Amino acid sequence: MNQPLLEATDVEVIFPVAGRGDWPWTPPRKLRAVSGVSVTVNEGETLGIVGESGSGKSTLARAIIGTVKASDGRILWKGDDLIGMTPETRRAHAKDFQMVFQDPLAALNPRMTVGQIIAEPLTTHFPNTPKGEVREKVQEIMEKVGLLPNLVNRYPHEFSGGQCQRIGIARALILRPKLLICDEPVSALDVSVQAQVINLLKDIQQEFRLAIIFIAHDLSVVRHVSDRIAVMYLGRLVEEGPGKELISDPWHPYTKALIASVPVPDPEVERGRHRAALPGELPSPLAPPSGCVFRTRCPVARDSCTEIVPERRKEGTRMIACPFAPEEVPIGN
Amino acid sequence: MALIVGRSIADELRNGEAVQGRSLWQDARARFFRNRAATTGLVVLFLVGCFALFGQHLAAWSNEDIDWNLLGSVEELGGPNWENGHYFGVDELGRDLFARTVQGTQVSLMVGIVGALVSVVIGTLYGATAGFIGGRVDGAMMRTVDILMSIPYMFVLILMLVVFGRSLLMLFIGIGLISWLDMARIARGQTLSIKNKEFVEAAVATGVRPLTIILRHIVPNLLGVVIVYATLLVPSMIIYESFISFLGLGVQEPNTSWGALINSGASQMQYGTLWQIGFPLFFFVITLFAFFFVGDGLRDALDPKDR
Repeated sequence: MNQPLLEATDVEVIFPVAGRGDWPWTPPRKLRAVSGVSVTVNEGETLGIVGESGSGKSTLARAIIGTVKASDGRILWKGDDLIGMTPETRRAHAKDFQMVFQDPLAALNPRMTVGQIIAEPLTTHFPNTPKGEVREKVQEIMEKVGLLPNLVNRYPHEFSGGQCQRIGIARALILRPKLLICDEPVSALDVSVQAQVINLLKDIQQEFRLAIIFIAHDLSVVRHVSDRIAVMYLGRLVEEGPGKELISDPWHPYTKALIASVPVPDPEVERGRHRAALPGELPSPLAPPSGCVFRTRCPVARDSCTEIVPERRKEGTRMIACPFAPEEVPIGN
Repeated sequence: MALIVGRSIADELRNGEAVQGRSLWQDARARFFRNRAATTGLVVLFLVGCFALFGQHLAAWSNEDIDWNLLGSVEELGGPNWENGHYFGVDELGRDLFARTVQGTQVSLMVGIVGALVSVVIGTLYGATAGFIGGRVDGAMMRTVDILMSIPYMFVLILMLVVFGRSLLMLFIGIGLISWLDMARIARGQTLSIKNKEFVEAAVATGVRPLTIILRHIVPNLLGVVIVYATLLVPSMIIYESFISFLGLGVQEPNTSWGALINSGASQMQYGTLWQIGFPLFFFVITLFAFFFVGDGLRDALDPKDR
């Protein structure tokens, strides 16, 4: 087995939250956005990360990409620790992994032309590239993502949402990165455009042998693209495994509930389905429940769950963080 | 046939010259020129600027010469007169008021523009840096601004002019010292909202250096607000200088400014020489109005959602 491209171990991200009306010297409360998450990504592989809003999936992505500081844990890129690096070395590594953002228009500087936006990573890491070559490369990548290359001098507001997302993908790809982190790249687009963008990502992945971390709250999208899927809840990883297996046979009660909540595009089937919605709301990450964080909403929670923090167990190719799963969790809840 | 035509158009699009886009600046310019008051204001400013630059070539008299023929009888004969070359009349010392007004316009516009320029350059960069870095650096930088703001600047400026002597340079320094404070606050506030936008995050993730991010991504996006504020700052700087000159502390004789001219005109008002206050006041008022209209027009043009 080769060395994985990216190996994150026990990553912790803690945000200090100052209370309203606190004195400047009162110690801020700590919000654990990501706690003890470990994921690995191999070359050419797609890892899907799912979870509801506030589960820390975007924060994990930002910790990997380096815009948010991880307070603990290790993130290894081909064996080099990204967290301990000086900003200078870190910047040099930035050309190997790029990010595609959720809001296509907000991710593009409105005062720059599309050509300048797409060329920015190139001009940042290779400032001595001759102008003609930059232009050539920009147009080449634009064609690759399905944009007319003669639109280089247009501005972002002149494009539709799907086109903007293509521009974002072109910018991410111009340096030929090894890893692409897509933070809900399609949730701001309508369904037909979603399919186009996802197919584009799949094509590009094959062509460039790209590893992708695909973050979404929509399981039906993730299922379509991912080799492996990781499920997050309140900053913790609850289950991870090969995509097909995890969808067809979820172990963790939370994963079961997530999969049960995906609507079926057939009204007949949908009407007859038993929908086991999770009771309650996501607890505040400022005051997470003791023991297992999912116990307040778990249909199979027991008394011991309030005390014991569930250990992550490996079972074959899968990882699970529930002592009772899969044996003692009823199928379909 | 139609198919072939369609394909050739597609080919043309693919291979042809790059299509020029319309930037947000171009859109704003079109909106600005649709605004009549703002366009008029711009024309007035242009004319006042021409008056300041080329006025001395039109004047029949130098601003330093005293017309001895009129010196004793300014009240009766010193009014605006086309024949003797005193288009705006003479001041109380018999100097040509047209030439003096040209000189005053130059000084006042310069004070306004220098003040606004200092505030745009220093204030924007200072505020953008503080906002972008954030945390303790932001706190320290902005508290410095707060402290400087809490000092009664008029008092400090008057002290400076008294201690270091009244000179144009001192006036520029004094005005430059205070003019950037408000701008720094405005720029910082804008930066805080811009730096959380995803395109800034994308630049950080790509590995763009912080200084480049500030100059390439943050400053161009807060420039709209800055420009509007700067056009409104120019008149306030002019008013400010006029006030100091009105107190007799600003520019020194034989130099002059609108404020100084209005001051001396006001002191002669009792003798009925109304042209001495009227002409400088006219230029003062139309320039301020023009700046305000242009500022309003720019605000509407640069931020069409905000109306």
